[in-house]
Amino acid sequence: MTDATLSFEEAMEKYDPVLGFEVHVELNTKTKMFSSAPNVFGDEPNTNVNEVDLGMPGVLPVVNKTAIESSIKIGLALNCKIAEKCRFARKNYFYPDTPKNFQTSQYDEPIAYDGYLDIELSDGTIFRVEIERAHMEEDAGKLTHMGGATGRIQGAEYSLVDYNRSGVPLVEIVTKPIEGAGSRAPELAKAYVAAVREIVKNLGVSDAKMERGNVRCDANVSLRPHGRERFGIRSETKNVNSLRAVEHAVRYEIQRHAAVLDSGEPVTQETRHWHEDTRTTTSGRAKSDADDYRYFPEPDLVPITASREWVEELRATLPEPPAARRKRLQADWGYSELEFRDVVNAGVMDEIEETIAAGATPTVARKWWMGEIVGRAKNADVDPGQLGVKPATIVELNKMVEDGKINNKMASEVLDGVLAGEGTPAEIVEKRGLAVVSDDAPLLEAIDAALAAQPDVADKIRGGKVQAIGAIVGGVMKATRGQADAGRVRELILQRLGVEG
Amino acid sequence: MTENNELIRLSAAALAEKLAAREVTAVEVTQAHLDRIAAVDGKVHAFLHVNTDEALAVAAEVDAIRAAGGAAAEELHALAGVPIAVKDLIVTIGQPTTAGSKILEGWHSPYDATVVERLRAAKMPILGKTNLDEFAMGSSTEHSAYGPTRNPWDLDRIPGGSGGGSAAAVAAFEAPLALGTDTGGSIRQPGAVTGTVGVKPTYGGVSRYGAIAMASSLDQIGPVSRTVLDSALLHQVIGGHDPRDSTSLPDPLEDLVAAARTGHVEGMKIGIIKELHGEGYQAGVENRFNESLELLKAAGAEIVEVSCPNFKYALGAYYLIMPSEASSNLAKFDGVRYGLRVLPEQGPMTIERVMGATRAAGFGDEVKRRIILGTYALSAGYYDAYYGSAQKVRTLIQRDFDAAFAQADVLISPTAPTTAFKLGEKLNDPLAMYLNDVATIPANMAGVPGLSLPGGLADEDGLPVGIQLLAPARQDARLYRVGAVLESLLEAQWGGPLLEKAPSLTAATADSSAAATALSHGGSH
Repeated sequence: MTDATLSFEEAMEKYDPVLGFEVHVELNTKTKMFSSAPNVFGDEPNTNVNEVDLGMPGVLPVVNKTAIESSIKIGLALNCKIAEKCRFARKNYFYPDTPKNFQTSQYDEPIAYDGYLDIELSDGTIFRVEIERAHMEEDAGKLTHMGGATGRIQGAEYSLVDYNRSGVPLVEIVTKPIEGAGSRAPELAKAYVAAVREIVKNLGVSDAKMERGNVRCDANVSLRPHGRERFGIRSETKNVNSLRAVEHAVRYEIQRHAAVLDSGEPVTQETRHWHEDTRTTTSGRAKSDADDYRYFPEPDLVPITASREWVEELRATLPEPPAARRKRLQADWGYSELEFRDVVNAGVMDEIEETIAAGATPTVARKWWMGEIVGRAKNADVDPGQLGVKPATIVELNKMVEDGKINNKMASEVLDGVLAGEGTPAEIVEKRGLAVVSDDAPLLEAIDAALAAQPDVADKIRGGKVQAIGAIVGGVMKATRGQADAGRVRELILQRLGVEG
Repeated sequence: MTENNELIRLSAAALAEKLAAREVTAVEVTQAHLDRIAAVDGKVHAFLHVNTDEALAVAAEVDAIRAAGGAAAEELHALAGVPIAVKDLIVTIGQPTTAGSKILEGWHSPYDATVVERLRAAKMPILGKTNLDEFAMGSSTEHSAYGPTRNPWDLDRIPGGSGGGSAAAVAAFEAPLALGTDTGGSIRQPGAVTGTVGVKPTYGGVSRYGAIAMASSLDQIGPVSRTVLDSALLHQVIGGHDPRDSTSLPDPLEDLVAAARTGHVEGMKIGIIKELHGEGYQAGVENRFNESLELLKAAGAEIVEVSCPNFKYALGAYYLIMPSEASSNLAKFDGVRYGLRVLPEQGPMTIERVMGATRAAGFGDEVKRRIILGTYALSAGYYDAYYGSAQKVRTLIQRDFDAAFAQADVLISPTAPTTAFKLGEKLNDPLAMYLNDVATIPANMAGVPGLSLPGGLADEDGLPVGIQLLAPARQDARLYRVGAVLESLLEAQWGGPLLEKAPSLTAATADSSAAATALSHGGSH
């Protein structure tokens, strides 16, 4: 069944969206939140568990101190207050992903509360998102429902349970209702989750890989007619697990809510499932505020006390905040405002940093990510970081170009080969028989012509202003219709002029 | 079937001395107790599982170490080779752990409780697992899914609960020592009605890791024995910090054995709790209690009266907090990962229905009653009125104790309002059953330590009466200091231990060997 939707523009004309996010961040501690079992992703099911994670009779939890530290760091990075004393609580519900049939979480005493995050939108506008709380809890196990058509528990013949994830430390970051985003709501949604992801990655407290579920977002959307103060009824779209999906899911829900409201019906308060393939949501579980989890303070754990001295010690260890980091990177890399903002908006700042760390120059890294990879990601409909390009691949490709083995056009072809899984760049060059014809004679002819055409530039280069070489290279490339290897052209020009490169 | 009467009647301390002096072997001691179990447990039914092979193997290991001499022999723990029984709420590798419930029938723990690790480190042979009310919920051991335990003083009467199995095993000379757990009196009240000693340590004094939780904020593992010194010896083995229990106290353990050996009451202020005697207490209980007071006074203690006005709310608050925590603690028993799994007889095979059918079949009535009570008390809209108010009462009780301990070094009361009642007498009257714990519950609510020791026999029925001592948190040593004195004064009066007056369980019975045969295979029954 497909839900009716209004166009986004029409929805925006009629309604004012209110957003809210619950972002779950898996911490990358060595061991689990309440047990000494390893916190490792992707192993053989039910191997990273001990009696505590399996909820065996008689077991007791012990709090992971590093997880508390990480949680406090997250709270501080979100400009939150840190509770001097807080407790865990039990959230009781029967479901086999939780081996104790309760989740140890925090209820009315979160470790961090009352913070905010300033989000920079694509045009540089700053939007402040208020943080209600960040609390600690344990992740649930993973259920795989077998034999049904939908992969859901309904209609499944049986379900497999993997408790490796059970007890992995989580911090859940909850925003206050976000008002006033208007038509930028989808963009803000993406930017907010990206900012949270950037913060936890920067803090080093999470691997922050959305595709692995290290950062998971539940997006709440409601609409109200313009001018009305009271919020509309919200839906909660669960586990929206990529930045693009967050944007799309919020956009879709706004359009769907608008159609429901237009039909004169109330929106149903429920959870929704996001479907990446159709970019739609479907109805999940009816959710009301009256869901009764019978919370009560966890009697097996003593309260957490965070002395002011400890909090200040942790604050002193915080790395440079992402906004400051962006400023620094922009300066280090020598990008213009516009170039840098494009990089940030394309979501490839971290990737460029890694590529530079792997040995590329800032210019080369930007050229590859912005010129080659972002476009491919767009076509493939994934985040650029998820396309699977490794920094080392870029460095290798670039070296081949610089060495004159292949030209840029060929390099782009080789990249396609790498992404198609055909092997390493060197293997692909070999297999596809790609190599620049290294007959310099026609090039030298073109170079001499270019030098003759721009004698003042030639003089500058002879005088040591090597950066002026671009004009000559450009001339040669034009003359050869881009077939020449620019690196080789550069070398030959310098040789011709007797200048060291 | 021969019984080594002399060995089984010795205290743990006396056995330890004889073992150290190599007058007896650990195998002889262990075998004597296994023989006694075989001879009498068919009637008493203190054990759910007898651990013959492992117990004898551990005993033989101790004997070998002693025989070899040298440093290893020197390093043996004082209680090495002294056998012990373990309440079947405490998990053990190599033996089943049932918690007295059908829902865990046949389950073997993959890990040892911390206290069991400590018994093993001390090389104490574990004789087996003792019976209890299902998940420790009861005051008579009648709520065990595996049938009741009987009181060695009168087999038609209850041995108290929930730890009736441990108390009866010790009273019937089937074990010199046992482990119990005490949430509202489950060590002390069985001690009182079987003429044995039982101690609930300060909350956090003994690790709870591996004790199947009923009410986490109230549960505490403690020693069960026939003498005050023996409890101190065992307490010293199991006590002390455990990093696996967050509520475990970091304090180093006091020398409890020295406290029990020296004993001291002269100049001490002993407070009678006004609210915990008199009306509602059996006359014979009251008489023995008053006698103990006279003896303590004669020994130089000052008897004062203290009032704890909020104790009258303790039972009500306890029956909100305990079931609330229990309803959550017992949620894990759902048939998904271990234990019983029952499939619904008809209708769709959904996970909810499998859990429902499993819990319906696996839990007994008292467990269900408490889960329902607790679920209700924690529900939205009721939480503040029930769980919230009960927590406030808990604070008031703690304040009452603080005020009382400002006036007295230790407090004293009867352990239970009555002597052992008949099996079945209160089974259909939960409120009457709950009243058994009226004097023991306040200690759990406040986390303070309590000790019950035999105070004599009630005039009207000739059954044991328990005297309870209470001390401030972390002052468990005071219980042993005062308890040892009172015990010696009383025994001097009786001319020996009270249990010498208990009936022999082996006199002229025809069916004991049949029971012994059934038991020697060590299975649950």
